[in-house]
Amino acid sequence: MADEIIRLVNVTKEYDGNKALKSINLYIRRNEFLTLLGPSGCGKTTTLRIVGGFETCTEGDVIFEGRRINDVPPFKRKLNTVFQKYALFPHMNVYENIAFGLKIKKMDKKDIEKKVEEMLELVNLPKYQKRSVDSLSGGQQQRVAIARALVNEPQVLLLDEPLGALDLKLRKDMQTELKNIQKRLGITFVYVTHDQEEALTMSDTIVVMKSGTIQQIGTPTDVYNEPRNAFVADFIGESNIIEGKMLEDCLVEFAGRRFECVDKGFASNEAVDVVIRPEDVKIVPAQEGMLSGEVLSVVFKGVHYEMLILSGGIKWMVHSTVMEPEKSKVGFNIFPADIHIMKKVNGI
Amino acid sequence: MVTTFLKRIYTFIIFFFLYAPILVLIVFSFNNSKSRARWDGFTFKWYIELFNDQYIMASLYNTLMIALISSLAATFIGTAAAIGIHNMKGLSKKLVMNVTYLPVLNPDIVTGIALMMLFVFANMHRGFFTLLMAHITFSLPFVIMSVLPKMKQLNNQLYDAALDLGASPVYAYRRVVLPQIMPGVVTGFLLAFTLSIDDFVISFFTTGAGVSNLAITIYSMARRGIKPEINALLTIMFVSILLLLIIINNRMSKDSEREDKVK
Amino acid sequence: MKKNWISYPYVVWMIIFTLVPLVLVIYYSVVSVTDNGIALTLQHFKKVFEPIYIIVFLRSIKLALISTAVCLVLGYPMAMILADRGLSKRNILIVLFVIPMWMNFLARTYAWMTLLEKNGPIETMLSNLGLPPLGILYTEKAVILGMVYNFLPFMVLPIYSVLSKTEKHIVEAAEDLGATPYIKFKRIIFPLSLPGVISGITMVFMPAVTTFVISELLGGSQYTLIGNLIERQFLGTMDWGFGSALSIVLMLLILLSMGVMSRYEKENEGGGLW
Repeated sequence: MADEIIRLVNVTKEYDGNKALKSINLYIRRNEFLTLLGPSGCGKTTTLRIVGGFETCTEGDVIFEGRRINDVPPFKRKLNTVFQKYALFPHMNVYENIAFGLKIKKMDKKDIEKKVEEMLELVNLPKYQKRSVDSLSGGQQQRVAIARALVNEPQVLLLDEPLGALDLKLRKDMQTELKNIQKRLGITFVYVTHDQEEALTMSDTIVVMKSGTIQQIGTPTDVYNEPRNAFVADFIGESNIIEGKMLEDCLVEFAGRRFECVDKGFASNEAVDVVIRPEDVKIVPAQEGMLSGEVLSVVFKGVHYEMLILSGGIKWMVHSTVMEPEKSKVGFNIFPADIHIMKKVNGI
Repeated sequence: MVTTFLKRIYTFIIFFFLYAPILVLIVFSFNNSKSRARWDGFTFKWYIELFNDQYIMASLYNTLMIALISSLAATFIGTAAAIGIHNMKGLSKKLVMNVTYLPVLNPDIVTGIALMMLFVFANMHRGFFTLLMAHITFSLPFVIMSVLPKMKQLNNQLYDAALDLGASPVYAYRRVVLPQIMPGVVTGFLLAFTLSIDDFVISFFTTGAGVSNLAITIYSMARRGIKPEINALLTIMFVSILLLLIIINNRMSKDSEREDKVK
Repeated sequence: MKKNWISYPYVVWMIIFTLVPLVLVIYYSVVSVTDNGIALTLQHFKKVFEPIYIIVFLRSIKLALISTAVCLVLGYPMAMILADRGLSKRNILIVLFVIPMWMNFLARTYAWMTLLEKNGPIETMLSNLGLPPLGILYTEKAVILGMVYNFLPFMVLPIYSVLSKTEKHIVEAAEDLGATPYIKFKRIIFPLSLPGVISGITMVFMPAVTTFVISELLGGSQYTLIGNLIERQFLGTMDWGFGSALSIVLMLLILLSMGVMSRYEKENEGGGLW
């Protein structure tokens, strides 16, 4: 592929006999915002550290612009990293931190000063050169860390849960800002997070990982609307996951009833996971629904109400803008396009 | 208040206990008589004779040179070792750490005789060089024990970050890791220096005829009666330590005042 | 990061100057050199357990225990006073407390000889006041005095450091719950300071039980301790075998007492020497 910049081929990583990564295959396009998403211990940070050169993979190849870089040490790679807790050098001020990489390149002092100034403008910290790192807030340290990496004009910026230590409000602001910086500079971002919402808002491509394997690669819309398996469905947004049986193409049985759906290509009578998003369950008066049940609990979530409805032994999570009181009987419908059929995977 | 009064009295008694011998040394350094028992008028002559006493001057020189060289060597070897030990894992780390604790836990006298046996066994001429070896040996664990906690506190990502920004491993250690662990390195050096200056037992067993440091000189004199020149020397040392501490204290309080103003 | 090699000079150093010497000590303690050559033997260890040497061991332990106890009794109140936050000029007081340790300890011990002498300041003062003479120089009491004098800071400083780190709120909570000063001390302050007390005890007992200088100077070489015995084997009679065996028994004694202490300490969740 012409616009491909990094490719991982069968990358495996073992620590003392435990496989942290199991034969990962992945390519990253130029200028895209790619997110490695998954719960802790899924191998996302290991993947990033292998790309950054801080770890070497046990098997497989890391290809950068067509060349194998497995054995290239980090200081010779054309990419830079924003670390989890920023890793700013505490004995240097803001200027010295940002200038660190440029000084190693023996750049002219005047040029360094100019570039540092530009970078501080870019991350919205003008005139902060002389400040000591300790005197900055978490958000400001984050910006310095980004500036320190970007000033070296890397082709790829690796970000390891960079917003993890910030509070919610600040995190939202930084998400937008990071996305803007990425668009403005037109470079590749590889972003690691366990926060699905963050991944959905910022990414061009999301790679969902679980215990050292890739579960799904796709755009945020793909991953959200067409999760490939129940794990992805559950991890990206909330879901009702119900055991079902595929009777024939476009006909599935679950919750004691047959439903029309849009999925094909399963064996007849194959056991499957049926995934239905809470917002796709439509509440109707008790007698008019395909299914009916009793409201167990109601919680107000700001925009919608989250209700638990018990129907035929199954607890359904339902999001609705209309509140139904607790203990009331309601009916609900599910449309064919909102029923997602997943092949059974083990170990969820 | 009664308790405050009692506390003051108690503090005074303990401090008097601690300082009484030092007071005696200072007073007798100005005593005209050579005897340590009788006061025979005030004099400065021991301070002059001190600098003419070849034997005392030689042991002072030995003490300072050995302290300086051994603590510098121990700091270099020990800091490098601490960095290496920090990166070790599992059994080898445990093994090295246990060997490190050995000289600390061992009584000085056992370390002394063991080293003496080594030097005799290896047919080494005992003197300045063996003293130096011995001092480096007992200083090393203290350097490591001051540097290692700093390595543990060090954010591992800082080293990664330096490499990421293009620094070679050597550059990263010199410019990023070393400044971070510097307080530990300095503490280790000072500890090694003080221990070396103060050591008697291990030096006593590892030196040979003709080479002695201050402690050995004082010990060999003690039975017959210490020369008043030694009193003079100790008085000078005491006053220097006092002055040094006052200077440090003043500077620290000035620094904290400045910090207060900034805040 | 595989940078282990930079610790190799240290490892080599420690093998040559720590492990090899210890192996030599062990070697000499179990062999005897006779005209017929070198033979394995337990004679040196047997000698250690002869009554006259057992007495030396017991005396060393006795004197060390007494000085440790005196240090604890004298040192604990001192540590409490130093740790008192309300104290003005506390930092200066602590520095003044440490300064004597920076003076050569032989010189300070020697100064005690001067102080305690028959015609020395103390005896002169006592006789001027019409009191009976002390006459403790060259007795066990003088040795104990020398040990207490030299090792008191080792008791005070660890206790002080634990006490000064104790949360003020904990003590205030006890007061709030109605604890009298005595109960406050017995139930709160003392138990919390135990790790400091234990490392203090270890740090005083260890040098006290192994010293040979203090007994040599203040005991006038009448009171042979283990240290003196070992010293004589290496610088006097040159009986390396017996000296090595004595050293090994001394090391075991130290390790044993430290083991007991550290076990006690772990039960109390403390930091300290290990």
